[in-house]
Amino acid sequence: MEKILQVKNLELSFNTQGGEVKAIRGVNFDLNKGETLAIVGESGSGKSVTTKSIMRLLPESSAEFKNGEILFGGRDLTKLSDKEMQKIRGKEISMIFQDPMTSLNPTMPIGRQLTEPLLKHQKISKNEAKKVAIDLLRMVGMPKPELRMKQYPHQFSGGQRQRIVIAISLACNPKILIADEPTTALDVTIQAQILELMKDLQKKIDTSIIFITHDLGVVANVADRVAVMYGGKIVEIGTVDEIFYNPQHPYTWGLLSSMPSLDTEDAKLYAIPGTPPDLLDPPKGDAFALRSEYALKIDMEQNPPFFKVSDTHSAATWLLHPDAPQVEPPLTVIERMKKFPGSRYYEGGAV
Amino acid sequence: MGKYIGKRLIYMVITLALIATFTFFLMNVLPGSPIASADKLTPDQRAVVEARYGLDKPLPVQYFDYMFGLVQGDLGISINQFKGADVTDVILSRMGPSAQIGFQGMLIGTVLGILLGMVAALRQNTWMDYTSTFIAIVGISIPSFVFASLLQYWFGLKWELFPVALWKDGFMSSVLPSIALAMFPLATAARFIRTEMIEVLGSDYITLAKAKGASGSEIAFKHAFRNALIPLITVLGPMAVSILTGSLVVEQIFAIPGIGEQFVKSIMVSDFSIIMGTTIFFSVFLIVIILLVDILYGVIDPRIRLSGGKS
Repeated sequence: MEKILQVKNLELSFNTQGGEVKAIRGVNFDLNKGETLAIVGESGSGKSVTTKSIMRLLPESSAEFKNGEILFGGRDLTKLSDKEMQKIRGKEISMIFQDPMTSLNPTMPIGRQLTEPLLKHQKISKNEAKKVAIDLLRMVGMPKPELRMKQYPHQFSGGQRQRIVIAISLACNPKILIADEPTTALDVTIQAQILELMKDLQKKIDTSIIFITHDLGVVANVADRVAVMYGGKIVEIGTVDEIFYNPQHPYTWGLLSSMPSLDTEDAKLYAIPGTPPDLLDPPKGDAFALRSEYALKIDMEQNPPFFKVSDTHSAATWLLHPDAPQVEPPLTVIERMKKFPGSRYYEGGAV
Repeated sequence: MGKYIGKRLIYMVITLALIATFTFFLMNVLPGSPIASADKLTPDQRAVVEARYGLDKPLPVQYFDYMFGLVQGDLGISINQFKGADVTDVILSRMGPSAQIGFQGMLIGTVLGILLGMVAALRQNTWMDYTSTFIAIVGISIPSFVFASLLQYWFGLKWELFPVALWKDGFMSSVLPSIALAMFPLATAARFIRTEMIEVLGSDYITLAKAKGASGSEIAFKHAFRNALIPLITVLGPMAVSILTGSLVVEQIFAIPGIGEQFVKSIMVSDFSIIMGTTIFFSVFLIVIILLVDILYGVIDPRIRLSGGKS
């Protein structure tokens, strides 16, 4: 499979008045052509920062690459000048943001906002750009696109605005689309529509998607692979089935247990205890150890390396070390693992 | 839109009528009378003069006479300052210099202020930002008359670049008063634009514009500037007021034969019809500016575009 983007050992810090906040502490992942990679994790885990650093959208005054590289098309994005980045942004990599209500310029007709990347990156006339923009609006399911080109963002609903943002991001057929919680601010029915739209469009223009979310239901719906982030690191990465049905990291267990499902009998929803680590002074060992009931002594002292579970699946937890004691995952997770061929609780059947 | 403006015009007339009424009665409460200074007159002569200007009639009658004239566009005649000259002519003849320094002051103030504010916001926390903030603070804290005297001293007396006072050298005479008037709008605009630009530059749609590949200048001017202008328009009205009141003082200091100078004198000599006329003229000016500001809002921000039908 063709690797379109490689993030290697990426470390990034914010220089703040309180000190250096180590927001990303060694992140590795590849993005394959045409796939959807979901990055999940709680607030502050570094998922947005990771993707914003790929786009280089973080404030240059405070955000600083400490180590690692982001390889795209043979170039290291961390080293490019802002001028060179401008040619990549919107053309080869584009982005959709969380809140459609605020991500469009309120004083500019949406037609102009749509044609802007076209005029910027492609050598076409204003009239041609307008035609393309109208086609884009039609493609994202906007009725009467010709009439709506002259309208302003406030004349559209939230779902429609997100469709417009998607149209803008796809204007130049980007190789990578980064979607930073694109459905979080929308209500559930609109969420489903937008997700369907994104899946359709991905097939049409053959783009790879990095999908950031903390909604595991959405992940199951859209993703091919999943990376779980915690405390500025990826703690587990694998295919969507591997993450949902054969999770290995205690944090992934916690995430899955705290997902409401239709067949849970408990009235009370599980919540992971404690708070995320302070990245001003990150813990020495496994960042999740302090909140984990499965923590081993070594977790407090040494950062776990990645252990391979399968060719596509690895997790950073000492529990996978051959010398580690066997622990029982939470019951809801065991229930899931029973359906996964290859897991130690497999009881037959298929996922 | 048409309906909206029509409605606003009616309100404007009501406002003007109220202002005229208040000023008329307040003025008559003040000690002094237009002819009190002419105490050399015999009672008979005095009666003749009073009758000439209608001052012998009871106050309510005077009021209705005045309002009746006002409706017909007649502001009356000057009692003592210009000895029988038509008030409208007096104001019109005095308007030129005031309008010139007012307009120049406003133009210099807003344009430079916007530039300063933009630079400060785009180069936040650098020496450029601090310099611009310093200028803004100075501009707001120093009263225009102090600033005017400083300008006269340095640019007029010491370096002899511009005339110290008087309205004799055309444009050159207007430079120092315009600068004196510009300081307040400049400082206000700089402060507003800086704050607003910083906020706008941090907003999601600016990040989206960046994500589209827009360059720094495209972001600042195509995307951010228009959005940052909206709050500035709100203060344009008050700024026009400051130019007006500022010009009362500045015209005095620079001895410019403008409306402000004439207004101050007319109060000193209790020239009732000039006071009334100038007040009404200023009020019309202000009310029109406020209306223009409201219309300008809609031009810049489509969300507040005025639809006569709905509002």
